[in-house]
Amino acid sequence: MSTFDVKYISDRAREVSKMKTLLNRPDFGAMSGVVLVFIFFILIAGDSGMFAADGILNWSTVTAQLGVLAIGACLLMIAGEFDLSMGSMIGFAGMVIAIPSLYWGWPVWSSILMAFTIALFIGWFIGYVVVRTGLPSFIVSLAFLFILRGLTIALSILFTNKTIVSGVDTVAENDWLAPLFGGEIGGGLFIWLASIGWIDTYKDGTPLVTGIPMIIVWCLVLGAIASWVLLKTKFGNWIFASGGDCHAAKNIGVPTNKVKIILFMLTAFCATVYASCQVLEFGSAAADRGLLKEFEAIIAVVIGGTLLTGGYGSVLGALFGALIFGVVQMGIFFTNISSDWFRVFLGGMLLLAVLFNNYIRQCVARSQ
Amino acid sequence: MHDFILELKNVSRYFDAVIALKEIDLQVKLGEVHCLLGDNGAGKSTLIKMLAGVHQPSEGLYFYNGSPIKLKSPKDALDLGIATVYQDLALVGLMSVTRNFFMGREITKGWGPFKYFDQVTANEIAIAGLADMGIHVDDPEQAVETMSGGEKQCLAIARAIHFGAKVLILDEPTAALGVKQSANVLKVIAKARLRGLAIIFITHNVHHAYAVADRFTLLNRGKSLGSFTKQSISKEQVLAMMAGGEELKELESELALLIGN
Repeated sequence: MSTFDVKYISDRAREVSKMKTLLNRPDFGAMSGVVLVFIFFILIAGDSGMFAADGILNWSTVTAQLGVLAIGACLLMIAGEFDLSMGSMIGFAGMVIAIPSLYWGWPVWSSILMAFTIALFIGWFIGYVVVRTGLPSFIVSLAFLFILRGLTIALSILFTNKTIVSGVDTVAENDWLAPLFGGEIGGGLFIWLASIGWIDTYKDGTPLVTGIPMIIVWCLVLGAIASWVLLKTKFGNWIFASGGDCHAAKNIGVPTNKVKIILFMLTAFCATVYASCQVLEFGSAAADRGLLKEFEAIIAVVIGGTLLTGGYGSVLGALFGALIFGVVQMGIFFTNISSDWFRVFLGGMLLLAVLFNNYIRQCVARSQ
Repeated sequence: MHDFILELKNVSRYFDAVIALKEIDLQVKLGEVHCLLGDNGAGKSTLIKMLAGVHQPSEGLYFYNGSPIKLKSPKDALDLGIATVYQDLALVGLMSVTRNFFMGREITKGWGPFKYFDQVTANEIAIAGLADMGIHVDDPEQAVETMSGGEKQCLAIARAIHFGAKVLILDEPTAALGVKQSANVLKVIAKARLRGLAIIFITHNVHHAYAVADRFTLLNRGKSLGSFTKQSISKEQVLAMMAGGEELKELESELALLIGN
């Protein structure tokens, strides 16, 4: 009898600790958010085509676009800094790809490489200014939000007299690098799926969905790498340490300045990936692209459970945050709800997420 | 091996017009706890920062194992095995015990770009390192924030010892702790001493000092009142020298008046 009792107690103990481990995950809130959002839309718009192949592709593309930005913003926020220049960097990088290839006869691959080079340099410079001056990155990157946006408009007017340039898709047709951003993968799979009747087709038999856009591939690959680096590597430990307590980390020998500069370069890289995919998929670049994207990325990251003050968070959570964002933004068109309400929902969601995460954080501190 | 692992001879340190330390002699031996006692502003902090390589002596000589050295940075001191645990402990509250233990010195496995932080081994080492110091941790992946002040202090000490400290400088490790937690920290100090480390223990609690120390150096207004072995001085004498015996008597009579009224 007594052995039975002992076993019973230890089983219960394990159960509690499993529950606690789940609750202690930074991305727990976002995970439950994703479940709720899906339940909501399956109930409201389950038969509207939102969950057919083209509907899924629709919201997963929006999710992936924001996801790519959120991955960079997430690691940087965990390291205790912000990059508000991401949105402007999207417009800037898009123009750097479009103008040389359309007006100066550059091969598209070379302008893509130049866009990445310049973006990484600007990212390095923002990071360098932040760590050298000790100014809040909020202010430094806010300055670059305006500098980059202004430069994009001024330079496009100077070189082309336009703020929207199109036709990149035609010059990029036979380029070797462009498909990495503007292409699709899995075309054969979708033709096969259509042939067995799993997805809808047009009248001529071509499937409604022709392939998975590269932005989704970028999002998944970058997300997997970033999550692995954060959780499993030395550099990931340095990211947590830099954001958790920069002074302590520096004292013990963590190169916090280097970590932060690399992460500012990562956010610039992510913004350029976003810009490249957009320009090469749709064939046009505009000086006002990426407006407010820096804030959308931060919202996704915060909904994902990352602390605004740094030191705690998860890449998976940021991707869940982007998923909630994408599903709601696109899903609202499939319902009878006016899409005007989207921003109201977004703001409310952000507030709830912060309150919830604050509460969770206190629980983490109090447990044991 | 020289008699003393660290030795200061006639060392002074000035900050512009301020004399922070004047003609200090200090001898630190392996396997001994050397207590630095003194009131606020006595120069304790300057002295340990000099030992730790943060400040350089303005005058006088610093010997390591018998030979004169010049430390340019805290890193130079660390390379010689002189580790300092400051009051902020250099711990990150939201990170796990293991991640803190290995912060900046992560052990990795794997090859090239696929190198990863060896969490399993790291957990084992962290648990063992803490167990050596008599601290039991259930879950090495719990956040450091969940630990008590004393446990955090012990974690910081265990970390320094694990990473090869020969001389351990502890800056008021018991200052913010309760009685029981202080006792645990004192036990850890005693254990480190048994392992043959030299420990420089800064405190203004004479009871804590007298419980573990082999040798005392008393500082007052930037000057040394001398170094004493435990045999050569009683607790009361230490207390009297530290507070300034006369001042303490004055205080006592003042207080008696206040309470009497």
